[in-house]
Amino acid sequence: MSSAPVYNFAYLDEQTKRMIRRAILKAIAVPGYQVPFASREMPMPYGWGTGGVQLTASILGAGDVLKVIDQGADDTTNAVSIRKFFEKTAGVETTSLTGDATIIQTRHRIPEEPLTADQILVYQVPIPEPLRFLEPRETETRQMHALQDYGLMHVKLYEDISRHGHIATTYAYPVKVEARYVMDPSPIPKFDNPKMDMCSALQLFGAGREQRIYALPPYTQVTSLDFEDHPFERTKFEKPCGLCGATGVYLDEIVTDDQGGRLFVCSDTDYCEGRRGHETDGGVL
Amino acid sequence: MTDAPLIQANGLTRYYGAHIGCLDVDLEVHEGEVLAIVGESGSGKSTLLSLLSTQLPPTRGEVSYRTRDGVSRDLLSLPEAERRFLFRTDWGFVHQDARAGLRMGVSAGGNVGERLMAVGWRHYGRIRDEATDWLARVEIKAERIDDSPKTFSGGMRQRLQIAKNMVTRPRLVFMDEPTGGLDVSVQARLLDLIRGLVSDYGLAAIVVTHDLAVARLLSHRIMVMRNGRVIETGLTDQVLDDPQEAYTQLLVSSILQS
Amino acid sequence: MYVAVKGGEAAIEAAHKLLAKERRGDASVLELTTDQIREQLSLAVNRVMSEGSLYDPDLAALAIKQARGDLIEAIFLARAYRTTLPRFGYSEPANTSAMAIRRRISATYKDLPGGQVLGPTFDYTHRLLDPSLAGEGNFPAVEKTETGDAEVSPHVAALLNNEGLIEENLPQNPDADVSDLTRGALEFPADRDLRLQALARGDEGFLLALGYSTQLGFGRTHPFAGEIRMGEVEVSFVPEELGFEVPLGEVTLTECEMVTQFAGSADAAPQFTRGYGLVFGHSERKAMAMALVDRSLRTAEFGEDVVAPAQDAEFVLSHADNIQATGFVEHLKLPHYVDFQAELVLLRQLRAEWEAERGKTDGASPKEAAE
Repeated sequence: MSSAPVYNFAYLDEQTKRMIRRAILKAIAVPGYQVPFASREMPMPYGWGTGGVQLTASILGAGDVLKVIDQGADDTTNAVSIRKFFEKTAGVETTSLTGDATIIQTRHRIPEEPLTADQILVYQVPIPEPLRFLEPRETETRQMHALQDYGLMHVKLYEDISRHGHIATTYAYPVKVEARYVMDPSPIPKFDNPKMDMCSALQLFGAGREQRIYALPPYTQVTSLDFEDHPFERTKFEKPCGLCGATGVYLDEIVTDDQGGRLFVCSDTDYCEGRRGHETDGGVL
Repeated sequence: MTDAPLIQANGLTRYYGAHIGCLDVDLEVHEGEVLAIVGESGSGKSTLLSLLSTQLPPTRGEVSYRTRDGVSRDLLSLPEAERRFLFRTDWGFVHQDARAGLRMGVSAGGNVGERLMAVGWRHYGRIRDEATDWLARVEIKAERIDDSPKTFSGGMRQRLQIAKNMVTRPRLVFMDEPTGGLDVSVQARLLDLIRGLVSDYGLAAIVVTHDLAVARLLSHRIMVMRNGRVIETGLTDQVLDDPQEAYTQLLVSSILQS
Repeated sequence: MYVAVKGGEAAIEAAHKLLAKERRGDASVLELTTDQIREQLSLAVNRVMSEGSLYDPDLAALAIKQARGDLIEAIFLARAYRTTLPRFGYSEPANTSAMAIRRRISATYKDLPGGQVLGPTFDYTHRLLDPSLAGEGNFPAVEKTETGDAEVSPHVAALLNNEGLIEENLPQNPDADVSDLTRGALEFPADRDLRLQALARGDEGFLLALGYSTQLGFGRTHPFAGEIRMGEVEVSFVPEELGFEVPLGEVTLTECEMVTQFAGSADAAPQFTRGYGLVFGHSERKAMAMALVDRSLRTAEFGEDVVAPAQDAEFVLSHADNIQATGFVEHLKLPHYVDFQAELVLLRQLRAEWEAERGKTDGASPKEAAE
């Protein structure tokens, strides 16, 4: 082999980071608009968070404290893998405590603890186009966004109500940003949608395979699509968390035996542990 | 103000390669007026309809349309946003094949409601009421509102397509062989319906048909096309009762004989 | 008793160790060297270089070894390494007319200047397993024959062009910089240079199937293999500070030009048109499939209707990259607990509503007390 590979701080070269930061700035300037960017090939597969990783790599500084979650948990395999990647390539401090993190990279959840103005939430996005399953053509969906031609989006919701009596979208529930762009919030449960509205933290969304970046600047108005007489409803859980007793949080269903036994526990593991006083052993509960 | 034509075309021409699609067509349609464009297949009448409705760019010529603010606008230089807006508000387009004009995977109510939602209606109940109302006007029972058009007969689909277009009260409707492929009895009922809507709502319409009977029933004026050119034009009754051109005479007599 | 899903980190480490062990296989069998892979699995190396867009046989061989022979995984390794390399600029266009030809065939002319050179090809071999290869293979000595390497081998398309029978091969926008989808997002409509780049990096199997589909009627182009040539071509580069061409070295390329039909229009007389394929290394199947698909993607350019999948640039280019495809297909392995939970809640609600509705219509039947 000619030379052993040497990698830059946070893997990406500085030129690439600058290119991505320019795309981020544009995304912040036009909230909810999908900015095309020259997504790089990352050493993890497309669909596994390459968009989020590129965003994090581009904004990460030596003094940052990074938290990575997948499905709300810090210890799921892909979250571990991404956290390791940044520990190795950037040597930054990492944490599982939401309050301590300056950058939180997430897949499919927004932490339960409200975010603050000095934090950035980076979402991994598989399919950034909210209109994709109504209209497969990129050329057409871009046109639809440009012209605010969003009637079709409501036809889908109309069909849900006519069939089920209510809107039947439970995750990746589309939102409208500052009354302009319809945006895919990534596959977070619709339970998390209200947390995006007027959030104090900067929210960045990265889709690596699809080469798109979009953003919600702090304190941006984010409205979940609905009808006046069928307003958006948050998913409700009947019982509190089986471990910490929290209510009004998103719960994971754990199958405890093959006799129909179920346990509902916080999906946000840090939040749950915090309420239980951080049992650090994390073993048998 | 109402003296100005609603839609006007000058020198409208379209070539397909070396072949003439349609050549130097001038026309005017006023509010509330129905114009039939007749001819055999290949005469250029469908090309002309596509040109007028800006779905096909002309090789040369112009089309203008008087929007609701009373201003005549050049359609070819109209921004895409305004063009689309026209298409979902002020215009209708009834395709011969209803599948081209309907979303077959969406319920009848969703089909009729689409335009309303596109122009900003956000109250499910009101959208549904309006859809129910329009289904009734095209003689589709309210209980079919949640059914897919796939379960509809050809005549019902065509009536649904008309309701979908009419819900925003367009001023101009383009129709491409609206009764084509339907049984004679179904055709008659549909023609009655269209005639009623045209007079009730003061619709202007441009109807392409190869069927002179359809032209006679629906239209005030008629244009006869052959080989991409307009060869005769005039009041429908006059042209059909006393055709001047040999070709029109042939067309009329062949209908009478059949 | 519920055991929290912890210890992901330890699990990952253990998995990596197992993977390394599996890769090595039975330790009593001699370990493969990357030299062996480079020399003896050269077509695999070529494919990795081609779809990995990185011309480096040693690294490609290493990637194949590391990937346990999974070529898409190896391509992924090559790509992920390539993306970190500093970029100095773009080479001058490779002049394939000056190729040192090792193989060159035309299906359209029996003989032509430069001649037909069969070269190293599977064509006309009988596909019978050769037991002698199971041991230390013997291989026949090759006698060097006079191929007249001084002779020029003009492109077949150039011969047709002399008569004006084939379209000129002109750049779409002569003044525009060459597109590069490794440096910019793929956007539509995509010009031909961008399309060709995407096809050159695209998955061989995908292009093969698409090219095949055009032959069977999903967008026929009536192709002839005008020419396929393989050999070494010099690559040169103009450093800004020097301002003149500096040769960088040689690369092996396979080039295919398909000659296809076009009926003509009002503006253009009937003539042949071209589909073009070019890939690193010796990779004829890919070059041919690429040429078929390139021509199909030019459908709109000739005023023909886009009706078949292989003619639809958005469809083809969005799905041709196997690294994107494998990532997204395989990402379904990642946890989706949260979304799934949301669907579970909904499904239970819908079923409860359905039962309630049915209960209403079956009003006569007595309802169970216990609920």
